[in-house]
Amino acid sequence: MATAGAPGTMGDGARAAAPLAVAVGLFGVAFGVLAADALGATAAVVFSATTFAGSAQFAAVSLLGTGGVAGAIVAALLLNSRYLPIGVSVAPSLPRPLWRRLLAAQLCVDESWAIAHQGGGRYDARVLVGAGIVLYLAWLAGTGLGLAGGELIGDPEDLGMDAAFPALFLALLAGQVHDRRGAAAAVLGGAVALALVPFAPAGVPIIAASVACLVGLRPGRA
Amino acid sequence: MSEAWLVVAIVGAGTIALKSAGPVLLGGRALPPRVMAVLALLAPSLLAALIVTNTLGGDREIVLDARAAGLAAAVAALLLRAPLLVVVAAAAVVAAGVRALGWLA
Repeated sequence: MATAGAPGTMGDGARAAAPLAVAVGLFGVAFGVLAADALGATAAVVFSATTFAGSAQFAAVSLLGTGGVAGAIVAALLLNSRYLPIGVSVAPSLPRPLWRRLLAAQLCVDESWAIAHQGGGRYDARVLVGAGIVLYLAWLAGTGLGLAGGELIGDPEDLGMDAAFPALFLALLAGQVHDRRGAAAAVLGGAVALALVPFAPAGVPIIAASVACLVGLRPGRA
Repeated sequence: MSEAWLVVAIVGAGTIALKSAGPVLLGGRALPPRVMAVLALLAPSLLAALIVTNTLGGDREIVLDARAAGLAAAVAALLLRAPLLVVVAAAAVVAAGVRALGWLA
């Protein structure tokens, strides 16, 4: 949560992301455990290195067993479809030239994106990259640990890992809501997602919730 | 190509494309103020949706289980201004405890 106005550094981003990296690393361990049998070690590491999105990777691996290849691919890409609007939102803030923009865009995940938001739709690219690198390393290291020592860890659900992520997103949300519009967008986004959960495949409720940001079109006090 | 590698390749390439599309197509152009006002609210909208789907989401059903108890603990920790790791740990510990006691499946 970089302070608006003052430009941040990659170090600021890395420091802000450090506590989140612990949770992301543990989630990576859980992914490694699950993926060891379903994907094999090499494919699991390549998956974490290229896709770098926990929820989509979990969905893909769990559906590969039951829903088949097509189901796994569609679910994972739907879950990651939110990165289309997220990419649009950070685009004006990313550095030149093109190759740096592309690298920075890959380091944009839910957590680094939220940390780098300075308010008003402006993002600090250095904070984004610093936070993204820390989270990326934590995700890869966690995946590797889970693959190597899965049988020692047991069922991640017994440890409450599945409740850790909504809590993490909640803490990030608390840093994002500064005014009534932000609160209205959050309530509306949550309501849209909840309403669609029983009817739509995973991922659709999340991308559909992005309509809630149209609250920003309402004139009046911010 | 095995099924596992097919999934890894397509999802990996697709995710990179989704993340790159905005920055490549828009370049570094500044967006109109109205668009910025909308995009400023994308973070709270999507984060709230992620909280809801990760807490209550099941296989096309709303599920009330130990995750909800964990989230309630996280809300309490946030209201007490606990640091982020404490918020996350509170959720995990409470969810694990509730599950171990067999209160919510």
